[in-house]
Amino acid sequence: MKKLLFALATSAAVLGFTAAASAQDKAKICFVYVGSKTDGGWTQAHDIGRQELEKALGDKIETQFLENVPEGPDAERAIERLARSGCGVIFTTSFGFMDATIKIAEKFPDVKFEHATGYKSAPNVATYNSRFYEGRYIQGQIAAKISQKGEAGYIASFPIPEVVMGINSFLIGARSVNPEFKIKVVWANTWFDPGKEADAAKALIDQGVDVITQHTDTTAPMQVAAERGIKAFGQASDMIKAGPETQLTAIVDTWGSYYIKRTQAFLDGKWETTSSWDGLKDGILTMAPYTNMPDDVKKMAEETEAKIKSGELKPFTGPLKKQDGSEWLAAGASADDGTLLGMNFYVEGVDDKLPQ
Amino acid sequence: MGIVEAILLTVITAATPLVIAALGELVTERSGVLNLGVEGMMIMGAACAFVATQLTGSPYIGILAGILSGALFSLLFGFLTLTLVANQVATGLALTILGLGVSGMIGEAYVGQSGEKLPQIVFPLLSDIPWLGPLLFKQDMIFYLSIALVIGVNWFLFKTRKGLMLRSVGDSHSSAHALGINVIRTRYLAVMFGGACAGLAGAQLSLVYTPQWVENMSAGRGWIALALVVFASWRPWRVVVGGYLFGAVSISQLHAQAFGIGIPSQFLSALPYLATVAVLIIISHNRRTTLINTPASLGKSFVPDR
Amino acid sequence: MRIELEKRPKVSVLFSIFSPFIALILTLIAGAIMFAMLGKDPGYALYSFFIEPLMEVWSLHELAIKAGPLILIAVGLSVCYRSNNWNIGAEGQFIMGAIAGSIIPVVFYEWQSPLVLPLMLVMGMLGGALFAGIPAFLKAHMNTNEILTSLMLVYVAQLFLDWLVRGPWRNPGGMNFPETRTFGAEAILPEMLASGRAHWGFAFAIIAAILVWLMMRFTLKGFEITVLGQSERAGRFAGFSSRKMIWFSMLLSGALAGLAGISEVSGAIQQLRPVISPGYGFTAIIVAFLGRLNPLGIVASGLVLALTYLGGEAAQLSLGVSDKVTRVFQGLLLFFVLSCDTLLHFKIRMVWADLNDTVKDTH
Repeated sequence: MKKLLFALATSAAVLGFTAAASAQDKAKICFVYVGSKTDGGWTQAHDIGRQELEKALGDKIETQFLENVPEGPDAERAIERLARSGCGVIFTTSFGFMDATIKIAEKFPDVKFEHATGYKSAPNVATYNSRFYEGRYIQGQIAAKISQKGEAGYIASFPIPEVVMGINSFLIGARSVNPEFKIKVVWANTWFDPGKEADAAKALIDQGVDVITQHTDTTAPMQVAAERGIKAFGQASDMIKAGPETQLTAIVDTWGSYYIKRTQAFLDGKWETTSSWDGLKDGILTMAPYTNMPDDVKKMAEETEAKIKSGELKPFTGPLKKQDGSEWLAAGASADDGTLLGMNFYVEGVDDKLPQ
Repeated sequence: MGIVEAILLTVITAATPLVIAALGELVTERSGVLNLGVEGMMIMGAACAFVATQLTGSPYIGILAGILSGALFSLLFGFLTLTLVANQVATGLALTILGLGVSGMIGEAYVGQSGEKLPQIVFPLLSDIPWLGPLLFKQDMIFYLSIALVIGVNWFLFKTRKGLMLRSVGDSHSSAHALGINVIRTRYLAVMFGGACAGLAGAQLSLVYTPQWVENMSAGRGWIALALVVFASWRPWRVVVGGYLFGAVSISQLHAQAFGIGIPSQFLSALPYLATVAVLIIISHNRRTTLINTPASLGKSFVPDR
Repeated sequence: MRIELEKRPKVSVLFSIFSPFIALILTLIAGAIMFAMLGKDPGYALYSFFIEPLMEVWSLHELAIKAGPLILIAVGLSVCYRSNNWNIGAEGQFIMGAIAGSIIPVVFYEWQSPLVLPLMLVMGMLGGALFAGIPAFLKAHMNTNEILTSLMLVYVAQLFLDWLVRGPWRNPGGMNFPETRTFGAEAILPEMLASGRAHWGFAFAIIAAILVWLMMRFTLKGFEITVLGQSERAGRFAGFSSRKMIWFSMLLSGALAGLAGISEVSGAIQQLRPVISPGYGFTAIIVAFLGRLNPLGIVASGLVLALTYLGGEAAQLSLGVSDKVTRVFQGLLLFFVLSCDTLLHFKIRMVWADLNDTVKDTH
């Protein structure tokens, strides 16, 4: 028995050694995923980005990833394992990996870390995020045009700034078209539970909304909307397959461009810590094709998209009031990034109480 | 369609998988076996049903695949706990771990595909009854199966000789053995019935509830089914009541939100579990009702003396 | 063919040594077949799983971090299960222990004193014990099935934690994210050695295992536990109270689960989050059985199970297999170990039904 194990171990050790030697000349770029790479939503979008990175720079780099990594001590271990295995850059793709990333980064000053959607950085930890709310503004405008009832349903996950920001942006966009527009918000308290998301969609539709949008990850709400014959917006990836006659557009996370940009900088020796919050113009999010809508609505959406890209239009621009009626932004003033990233209030007109 | 009707329809869809899986587990537990692997069998059913449907184009073959996969998977549990008398609690938990892994492998290539929804079977005339018609007679096959299961299980357990034998095995395996009942075979069948039901419940998830496959899509519904069996104090009709009550609470919580009524959602979500504990206390406080309802040999292994 | 079991008069010493190895060999064979079917080098795969994580010091520390809570909880559970009390709600007791222990660093965060940490640990144990006291009370005085009540209470604990960190205990400086403030320096369980991250939680686990082993082996209490577990009636004749035993075993296992909870939070996470355990309380049940309800066996089985988690990650990286494969492999290992333990108590006989002979009914 012992002999067998020993033989196994040595032969495998040799194998491992040769495998490592042949890959020596390529830089290793690594990813830590919180979900399964085929979750159809958040993690899958990151994995598509990783594949694009491989396609673009495959002759100079190789990629590795760990999936379904729970947040907490397990994440620390996973990140450390990658750092020790010789990764040059490690992308940690969930908010909950923030403290783990910072801790491990302290131990490995020569490894570069990139943490998605967090707010803590270090000399070798950059943060990156996407201005999803820009897409939500366009969605709001489309919803206001499409909806007969003047009311949209919003399936939300958790009341974190990211989600609250999206709700506000959607409503501001909608009210720029129809000042009377309303939204109903339902908190599913999950990112990922197809059944519950479907139930939330049904509840909203039963209460009379005729457009729904979601900030949860599965295509279940899209399927429900298709079945009930109303329109809906996709989230994280293009969900047109789930609703060929239903999806108006989707906010598609296209992390690939960022991954390529940062990896290239790393290869050139020009990597520096940054905290980038890119938007439509940088290509970190894109709008899926505008479908299932009249041409004039499509034209409006495209114009808005162009204006946001050129910087002419910023969704959070005054005059805006908070939900309680107090002044927030004066006419012409735009919200600063700090306020947005910590957003914990609704703008005027949201018909919901923010869970506290 | 009025809003109440619409809500009820949603509740029925949400409750059906719980009721089916709980009925299966009820029969298993009535035979004295505690299988905590419902979640694992359910997710296997969901994966196999979806994959079979996509491969063959027929959701009915999908249903069959779900049932079979659940039953086969439960056989693994049966072999360990009944033949090899391994501990039921540990084996059930291990079954869930294995099920989550295997189902993920089976379904990997099918993530993101939009499935065909199981078609409705409309009973002519009956479905025209105002109010009740669309709720009860314009549903999919799995819903009708769930109703048939409740009636069937209730009849079997309390009106047939075989049912009486099964219950006696659950109450005291040694006396049942002494009476010449084949304890192990009875339990094998009960475990497989439980697995088949969990598999069918899984098929409902991936063919009716949300016609798609994603990893982990059962999201804890197998555990809720376990709770329901206890809540129902091992009575089939109470499983239905409990299942629909549970569905109603979780759905009406979403509606309450859309109406703008704010209660901490965690509190509402905890209610069914607290209610289950309360029911447990009530039924067990009175020794007589306990003896009537709870399978006394629950969770205990049986090895025939020779 | 039929399989028949025959109870051994005594636990087989031979098999109590060899059954883990038989299980390991079976797992290796099944694993090798699975990896070969996936087109991966089986030798290398098994090396990644079982040996690679043991080759480096940091990785051994990680092993201790992962194994610590599993062992601590499982040791408590072993006392319960030996005395026939089926507490399967350790996950909830773990969470409530973590919550109770976090009261000081979260609510009274301004209080700094060397007393903070010991108090936190004590409160953690109390929190877990009190929460386990609910099913204990219900079983001892209301005759309610503890398997089911303890399981139900897990969900209640999870939701309570969720509510706390999203509501009253949310970090005011945390941008609305669902987590509490991070603990101050004096509220953090220190690392054991300078060479890695492993904190004192692992030491607690080992100490608890040894103490419980001594108790089971050498004290009257241990005898009482064994007797009551084997037969309540025999225990009554010996003058032992099964009601007191319910309280004792449930409170003990709750306290140890609570200690595991607060150690994990204070040593490894350093704040409360909506989810603080990747199912330790449930995995520990498996650990307890793999260790045959023997505290020292549990130390070994806890380490082995933790190893499969680390090995799973190593295999993901070195082989590129998905995380599902590692979970299947883990499941296989559990099944083989559980089934091989049958050999301890039973002789297994294969009965081949010969088609030519008329089958004699053995009944």
